[in-house]
Amino acid sequence: MSNSILEVVNLKTHLDTATGELRAVDGVDIKLRKGECFALVGESGSGKSMTALSLMRLLPEAGRIADGRVLLDGQDLLALPEAAMRAVRGRRVAMIFQEPSTALNPVLTVGRQITEVIERHTALTGEAVRARALALLDAVGIPDAARRCEEYPFQLSGGLKQRVMIACALAAEPEVLIADEPTTALDVTIQAQILDLLAKLQAERQMAILLITHDLGIVARMAQRVAVMYAGEIVEIADRDAFFAAPQHPYSQKLFDALPTPEKRGTELSVIPGQVPPLTGKFEGCRFVERCEVAYLRCRHEVPQLIAIPGDATAHRLVRCHLREQGLAPPPQNVSTEVEEGTLVAVASMPVIVEAENLKVHFPIHKGLFKRTVGYVRAVDGVSLAIHAGRTLALVGESGCGKTTAGKALLRLIAPTGGRVVFAGKDLSTLSRNALRKGRGAMQIIFQDPYASLNPRMRIADILSEGMRSLDVGRDDKDRMYRVAELLEQVGLPLEALARYPHEFSGGQRQRIAIARALAVEPKLIVCDEPTSALDVSVQAQILNLLKSLQERLGIAYLFITHNISIVEYLAHEVAVMYLGRIIERGTTAEVLGDPKHPYTQALLSAVPTVDGKREIIRLGGELPSPAHPPAGCHFHPRCPKAMPECREAYPEAVQLGRTRTVNCILYRASKAASSTPGRRGRCGTG
Amino acid sequence: MFAYIVRRILYAIPILVGVNLITFALFFIVNTPDDMARMQLGAKRVTPEAIEKWKAERGYDLPLVWNASAEGSAKATGTIFFQKSVRLFVFDFGFSEDKRDIAGEIRARMWPSLALALPVFLVGLAVCITFALLMAFFRASYLDFWGVVACVAMMSISTLFYIIGGQYLASKIWHLVPISGYAGGLDAVRFLILPVVIGVVGGIGASSRWYRTLFLEEMGKDYVRTARAKGLTEGVVLFRHVLKNAMIPILTGVVVVIPTLFLGSLLMESFFGIPGLGSYTIDAIQAQDFSVVRSMVFIGSVFYIVGLILTDISYTVVDPRIRLE
Amino acid sequence: MPVILVTDVLVWLLAAAATGYAFYCRRHPHLAVPWARVFRSTAAMASVVVLGVYVALGLLDSLHFRPELEKKDGEQKAYSSEVLSVLDLALSHLRGRSEKTYSAPLATRSFAKEQIELPDGRQLRDFPRLRFGGAHLQDEGEWAGDVAKRMLTGIAVAAALLFLIFLVMKIIRKRRPEIPWSAAYAAIAVLALLAGPAAALSSGYHVLGTDKVGQDIFYLALKSVRTSLVIGTLTTLVLLPVGIALGIAAGYFKGWIDDVIQYLYTTLNSIPGVLLIAAAVLMMQVYIDLHPEMFQTAVQRADLRLLFLCIILGLTSWTGLARLLRGEALKLSQLEYIQAAHAFGVRDTRILARHILPNVSHIVIIAMVMDFSGLVLAEAVLSYVGVGVDPSTNSFGTMINAARMEMAREPVVWWALATAFTFMFALVLAANLFADAVRDGFDPRVRM
Repeated sequence: MSNSILEVVNLKTHLDTATGELRAVDGVDIKLRKGECFALVGESGSGKSMTALSLMRLLPEAGRIADGRVLLDGQDLLALPEAAMRAVRGRRVAMIFQEPSTALNPVLTVGRQITEVIERHTALTGEAVRARALALLDAVGIPDAARRCEEYPFQLSGGLKQRVMIACALAAEPEVLIADEPTTALDVTIQAQILDLLAKLQAERQMAILLITHDLGIVARMAQRVAVMYAGEIVEIADRDAFFAAPQHPYSQKLFDALPTPEKRGTELSVIPGQVPPLTGKFEGCRFVERCEVAYLRCRHEVPQLIAIPGDATAHRLVRCHLREQGLAPPPQNVSTEVEEGTLVAVASMPVIVEAENLKVHFPIHKGLFKRTVGYVRAVDGVSLAIHAGRTLALVGESGCGKTTAGKALLRLIAPTGGRVVFAGKDLSTLSRNALRKGRGAMQIIFQDPYASLNPRMRIADILSEGMRSLDVGRDDKDRMYRVAELLEQVGLPLEALARYPHEFSGGQRQRIAIARALAVEPKLIVCDEPTSALDVSVQAQILNLLKSLQERLGIAYLFITHNISIVEYLAHEVAVMYLGRIIERGTTAEVLGDPKHPYTQALLSAVPTVDGKREIIRLGGELPSPAHPPAGCHFHPRCPKAMPECREAYPEAVQLGRTRTVNCILYRASKAASSTPGRRGRCGTG
Repeated sequence: MFAYIVRRILYAIPILVGVNLITFALFFIVNTPDDMARMQLGAKRVTPEAIEKWKAERGYDLPLVWNASAEGSAKATGTIFFQKSVRLFVFDFGFSEDKRDIAGEIRARMWPSLALALPVFLVGLAVCITFALLMAFFRASYLDFWGVVACVAMMSISTLFYIIGGQYLASKIWHLVPISGYAGGLDAVRFLILPVVIGVVGGIGASSRWYRTLFLEEMGKDYVRTARAKGLTEGVVLFRHVLKNAMIPILTGVVVVIPTLFLGSLLMESFFGIPGLGSYTIDAIQAQDFSVVRSMVFIGSVFYIVGLILTDISYTVVDPRIRLE
Repeated sequence: MPVILVTDVLVWLLAAAATGYAFYCRRHPHLAVPWARVFRSTAAMASVVVLGVYVALGLLDSLHFRPELEKKDGEQKAYSSEVLSVLDLALSHLRGRSEKTYSAPLATRSFAKEQIELPDGRQLRDFPRLRFGGAHLQDEGEWAGDVAKRMLTGIAVAAALLFLIFLVMKIIRKRRPEIPWSAAYAAIAVLALLAGPAAALSSGYHVLGTDKVGQDIFYLALKSVRTSLVIGTLTTLVLLPVGIALGIAAGYFKGWIDDVIQYLYTTLNSIPGVLLIAAAVLMMQVYIDLHPEMFQTAVQRADLRLLFLCIILGLTSWTGLARLLRGEALKLSQLEYIQAAHAFGVRDTRILARHILPNVSHIVIIAMVMDFSGLVLAEAVLSYVGVGVDPSTNSFGTMINAARMEMAREPVVWWALATAFTFMFALVLAANLFADAVRDGFDPRVRM
């Protein structure tokens, strides 16, 4: 194509690993047009980040580019000497990274990190450089640029740091920007701000963006064209609209099916069985064949090529699948959008298993000469909630809102500063240490990071039986071993796993082991602390299915702590939204997500990128304030688009809006409760 | 930040008290003054009178911690603990076995010690950092490989070998410098060159390897990749980005030894006959002069604690994260 | 009559513990895998051979007894007051043959001139013939031929032995092809080619000369090995329990326990190491000197002094390990699997034993091997300062200390120093290389 700015031809990147040479990128072709946003989508290990680093020739030491060409305006970057390549980096092709907190140099000021790019790539000197840096900070939406210029990265929040990264990247006005998961480390409301910024800059500067992401929602929002990567290859390239209307490769289709959505409530999520094949070997056939439900004999013996589909109206679509030689795949079937409201209403009829009243966790802040306590971080500041037996309560909020602390305080893994927790009729704070220890079996927890939640030095059998031994579940060791075997079966792992160590398992398998460990002591309640946020979409689906079926069979209640709204929609019966240590809105899932009342809830929901991609976003300015110094009055008022003078005066009382529903906002004070707020369409109903 | 430093200084007090108690226990409880008198006078033919006389001459004839026979405050002050240990806090060290004023000796001998230790420290730091930077810059090349091999070999050689070998070569075979001795003023340079060179060479192995590890660790970090993505040259990346970050652990690691430079080096000073605190200590150890050893233990910890405080201050200088908190 | 020295017991216990640990590792992949990685390094395999030779010498030198004296008729069995070791027995030809004073390596005549009384009664000042070194030579002109012959014999024997080892290696190599056997073989070859001629020559000469009182330097060097090993290993044995217990406790329990332990190690740390050791050793010396009745033999006294030196070194150097482990335990106690254990109500002691300790074991191992070489070097320095081992104990430090004054002589007496430094260098270099391989093998950043 003539107007392409960056063209990647047959790129192959190999990594030296302990198990042999890994073909992380194995023949990738991409054309990036001027001013276009091109998304490269894939799960972890697909090779998308390695592709990006190869373009910049910034591979880690174990990596090398084995073959291919990277043409920037017709000039092959891979053939350039290193010195000439350095003149390209930052000047013509710039890059931003996933983790803004580590990607900036901690001991250089923000200003210095921007000016060094300007000095390197432009003829500007002296005051002009600084003026340009200030202009850049302004352009990326950093308020008070002159002051921020002198600050160090640690003084900036995550969102601001990513803006500084973007300013660095834009400093020399590059033609291409490579953004490697630019918002993965950020909260949704901040993510929305950064995505807006990128879209605006792209439009203004006619810059091409290569966006690397795992999130189909972000793709729908940002990209004009999409390429899906799997096991080092591109399996599908298409224009965005065509792709989202009807993905053609079986893998792309599966990615959509595995996404939890409200429409799939009550049904099992589609999962991709098996794992990505090891990239150290050679492939005889299609790389997806082992996991593909529609594979046939030919797929095993013949490597598919990227082909255009006969009879396809969209010109730019290419798919790597033998099946598509016969034509387009049938459009995806819409699942019934009817939600069984019945089950949701029935929540309240179940007995309450655990109830927290005015739960508080305050961490003291020590300062001054003698480390006196000068204040408190109010991580959890008066949370009340009730969880019904066999039901799921989702605790939703952004990072730093105190949701994890609240979950741990509920289990008394952190000693609460105030309030009480009543579990099965017993007030936990009145229990003796020993009684509490004995009662621990009834409440368990599953953690976020499957790599940190299993002791690497213990066999799976020991990990699973540890809790039983400690709590005297089971008669003897033999009895416990039977139970352990049963548990493994319940979570879908083979018996051989017992004698192995955690490092032999993948992330999803480890999370199953962690679930089995919690189940071992027959809990009534499990606190699930972001159990899927470290997992790929297809693995997430497996874990969600498992949790759901365990609840149906065993009647366990879940406190599901998450920031992922789509999981809530799929799994939870009730929702509580937290902001700065307090619950600001609660109700059944349909109530809260379908018709959010609190302005924060509304903004939060609107910021979540979804695959349908057509939603008006309520933009929130600023960031989450520090829980050490919450704003006076309503904590949310400095960011609230509907704030009134009164909001500053006192924290709003909870307003009961129905049998199951409360909201802490003065918009709904008794008098106003009747008049409905203007705002959004219902969410659960849209499809 | 001010409160932070004041707090660190206050924290030094209980530590010094602890050091004092440890030395008191070591010197007066493990062995009583009677034992020491017997030791000094020769264990065989010693009369009780001689012991009493020896103790009285040196002020060891007092009770250890509580003088029941004394009046008023002397019950506490008229003890060995007060006279010999507590008074260390005001740098009153008393007299050595050969009846010289220890504080005066320390004041006089500090400077020759420093004259040797300071150049070793500064030149050594510069040489090691340069060498480590070279290895880090040419990482995974032959220079790096053989550099590390040389470091490991050099740190496997005993300091004594460097000293003896250096003296033998430079003084005995080549007759470049005097084999040992010391003189005041500029003349000292003649005597100091060899020990300084030996001190620097002896330290290269361990330090360079350690710094190299620090540099490589920094070079693996994300911000270095960012710097490269900006198109900066490898030299700028190394000096502006990596060096500044790696200097934080290096500087704070070496600052702690700066005050202890006054104490000098035991081995070097005794081999080269430099009249510093190091040779003073060795002589005292070999003559079993406990008063001097006790004073040196105390003053050594004072210097170390000053070093710790300087470390804390240096953190605030080099690391903005601490300076601005 | 066997004599059981305290350090002997500890050394053999340590050897037994090391063997037990090896078997334990074989059955636990999280230990077996990093060790396998260690032994895949060529430097490690070569240094293991060298260390193995040193350890064998040290172990042989740790079996002590008092030889039976020849019985005069009718008397009871009597034992010599001299305590010997199995190594002494093997080297008896070196031990017994003392000259009067210095002699150069392989010399036939003494280093110093003496008044010699000629058979005719005249006195002459000349270098006298040695009592043992080259005494078998009728004519000193045969010296060169004799030395060459002995060297060739030694090399021939070594070569024959190497060939046998080569055959064995070929079989082993097939079974474990991933281990760099050639590195080990190269190290064995170098050692054999040095040891063969040395052994052949030592029956007729002083291979490395003699010291001031005429003792064979080669013998002294071999005897010094044990002291280095004892100091390098027993010190860590003392330091480990203290360092581990206090470090982990501080990091896990936090609060006032942490404060107390931190105060303790900052205080100990603030006393300059050499001074603290010197002060403690001086005090111990006074105690030992004033209580001679506690020791039966001089060897036992020297041995106890060695043990105390290890204890003092250990008690003054646990602080580094404790600080490392405190940091690690602090990090670990935040990890989710520890929290999961809390959620099961698992007791603290069990969490420490099952979760924390196994996950810091790599740090302990790395610290142990890293400390070893430092301690061997420190022994020499301390002995020089006068606060090291008993002057009657053979050690590299005492050897250097005794020989260093002779550098001023003309011509120089270099062989004692050179021998001590070479033996020490080989040991420390091997230990350093091995420690590097262990650190790389156990580095937690390498995912298992």
